[in-house]
Amino acid sequence: MSEVGSTIESAVAGSVVGEIAHAGELTIEVARDSLLEVARFLKGPPLSYVLLSDVSCADIPEHPERFRVAYHLFSLETGTRLRLRVWAGREPQVESVTSVWATANWHEREVYDMFGIRFRNHPDLARILMPLDWEGHPLRRDYPLGGEEVQFTDAV
Amino acid sequence: MSTDIGEGIPVADEAREALEAARREGRELTETERAIAGAEALTPQEALATIEAATEQTPGSRQPMIINLGPQHPSTHGVLRLVTELDGEVIRDLHPVIGYLHTGIEKQCENKTYWQAITLVTRMDYLASYFNIHAYTMSVEKLLGLEVPDRAQYLRVIMCELNRITSHLVWLGTSGLELGAMSVMFYTYREREKALDLGEMIAGERMNTRFFQVGGCADDMPPGFEQRLRGFIGEMPDRIDEYEGLLTENPIWIDRTRGVGALPADRLLDLGVTGPALRAAGVDLDLRKTAPYSGYEHFDFQVPLGVNGDAYDRYTVRIREMRESVRIIGQALDGMPEGSHIADDRKVVLPPRGELSTSMEALIHHFKLVTEGFTVPEGEAYSAVESPRGELGCYVVADGSPKPRRVHMRDPSFVNLQALRPMAKGAYLADLITMIGSLDNVMGGVDR
Amino acid sequence: MALIPPPGSPIERAPRTDPEIDRDLREAQEREFEKSLLVTTFEKALHWAQASSVWPATFGLACCAIEMMHTATPRYDIARFGAEVFRASPRQADLLIVSGRVAQKMAPVLRRIYDQMLEPKWVISMGACASTGGVFNNYALVQGVDKVVPVDVYVPGCPPRPEGLIEGILVLQRLIGANGLPSSSDLRREIAPVSAG
Repeated sequence: MSEVGSTIESAVAGSVVGEIAHAGELTIEVARDSLLEVARFLKGPPLSYVLLSDVSCADIPEHPERFRVAYHLFSLETGTRLRLRVWAGREPQVESVTSVWATANWHEREVYDMFGIRFRNHPDLARILMPLDWEGHPLRRDYPLGGEEVQFTDAV
Repeated sequence: MSTDIGEGIPVADEAREALEAARREGRELTETERAIAGAEALTPQEALATIEAATEQTPGSRQPMIINLGPQHPSTHGVLRLVTELDGEVIRDLHPVIGYLHTGIEKQCENKTYWQAITLVTRMDYLASYFNIHAYTMSVEKLLGLEVPDRAQYLRVIMCELNRITSHLVWLGTSGLELGAMSVMFYTYREREKALDLGEMIAGERMNTRFFQVGGCADDMPPGFEQRLRGFIGEMPDRIDEYEGLLTENPIWIDRTRGVGALPADRLLDLGVTGPALRAAGVDLDLRKTAPYSGYEHFDFQVPLGVNGDAYDRYTVRIREMRESVRIIGQALDGMPEGSHIADDRKVVLPPRGELSTSMEALIHHFKLVTEGFTVPEGEAYSAVESPRGELGCYVVADGSPKPRRVHMRDPSFVNLQALRPMAKGAYLADLITMIGSLDNVMGGVDR
Repeated sequence: MALIPPPGSPIERAPRTDPEIDRDLREAQEREFEKSLLVTTFEKALHWAQASSVWPATFGLACCAIEMMHTATPRYDIARFGAEVFRASPRQADLLIVSGRVAQKMAPVLRRIYDQMLEPKWVISMGACASTGGVFNNYALVQGVDKVVPVDVYVPGCPPRPEGLIEGILVLQRLIGANGLPSSSDLRREIAPVSAG
């Protein structure tokens, strides 16, 4: 396990479920219940990942826990990045990290809008990109692409 | 607030949408939905009557007036809607409503090959189109383990810095226009036309080009390009002096931008703000220096910082950034290495057209790449570039097929817009226009 | 030049997907070409004046809006052709240049802005996204703005060069101007005749 991974594991016991080092990037998979604690630990010293760059999600229907939320963190002093991964489950629910990084507010709203993942304790979880009464969550794999049928081509 | 509508109040479309959605899911309205429903549910006469009634019942209290700015508005930099709660001219609260330009690009990228997705990705933040492709191709190259040759990196740097200059020129022109300095727009667009001519020379199109490929650039510099580019950067410093002469010591400009929209640096970082808005507050975060990519470590340039973080500092930071970009382009032209403009891996990169008539293998590679596309091994990558607005990142999830599983852009405008609400609380409505301009958001990036 | 129909020829419009949209306009158009069209000298002068001073509304949506801004700046300058200012208020504008992709959320807003414009009014659909949905054939965009508002001129391109937009405006001016061809707004006047004066 890498240094970062073992630091997290020693601070929040039982949180680190897996670790991947690929393409020059470090990804740490965290248990869903310990996400908020890990987030609080990562923001403060010694690791000081003060900037949450991005919260995004991937829909992987082959996996039993279908939705995978990724948090991209950046540390200003070292200039390094870290990715936290959390599986959200078939009825997706994840704890919101808005209390740790305020920027997560709109990111999580977008993930909710596009994938349907409810973030617990989010101050304002409403649709952000689609109209307010839109039914369905567009970026899920089972949601159709939509649009018009085009003549003479089967390329989408 | 419950989901019941009061008696006799006509409910307009968006209010009805919010209430229906809430009723369907059996929950209360969230803050934003309440603001939108409130803004839409009353006609102006009813709003006035409500305010008067409230003032009579509890004298001395003033209910805020809810005014809708946008989405069609000359000063909102695109289709941004702001539901403002006003107390006279002072803003009590502000709710940005976005999504009026949502194009479903991320979903459509999942149906295209990695190559075809470049044309979609470039149209997200349409003023910084090269940066979009840069972040995307960097992610794909990371996943493939593909080395980009030095010449291609320098070419990318040149086009990116040129794009930074053109983006700042648009920002300067439109910001000036909104605050009444109309001449600035005509001056800056004159230079932008020359820069777009250069872009057209090398990439074929003025905007939304598809110049960067996975592995390098689509083509090398055509003859005459370098000379013309040197002419452009030779005259740019004088032109930037012209813009500064119009604005920097202009007392009206200073009055309208000094002290407007300042937030403390740690609050900005917490909100995720990056780019000139953060550097104006004194935080030295520029991805070209902190986490260099694509050969930026070879160039000698400074990162301009501000002091207060107000709109005036953001203006000076961006002006100085334009000057630094000119310097970087000059250094890149001087130190341009020899070599190929694109990587050599035939499984990913198209072979040069001359080979197609002589080599059977080249023909097969070409056919396979154009019809099926190249496959990317399973994995995920996130690459970020320093776009004119901040950190522009692209998160690509690959699953071994020729089409990406997920493409997500971390757009700086989307994140920076969150800072508008804390900035605008307690400010005048006229200052709100200055603030939106100083944040420099592009709605294509916000809504994707 | 083959784009501009000769005087007196019927206007070809693409079939609409929803036959109910603008049915009254189409019926009026059919009625119109059953009788001959007499254009008086006064009307010719009126059309010339309208064509020479078409003021667009600021309705920039996306990338095409940037090219639209370029047509207003010194190199391409549509002020030479009469489009002196872009009016922010639709009530003061004649021309709606829908420049950019129209999302599902934006479509009712577009229709509201169009309805707020006063007669005579024209619509240019600028760019591929506004004309047909462009590169984006998906759930989020209205596939062609003519599903929402009636369009007079379509300008293709992604984005169209400023010269392309100027050509579109010139075609519109010829539509309005000396030819006396009825534009969509003329037909509307036929249906709801206003008292002369």
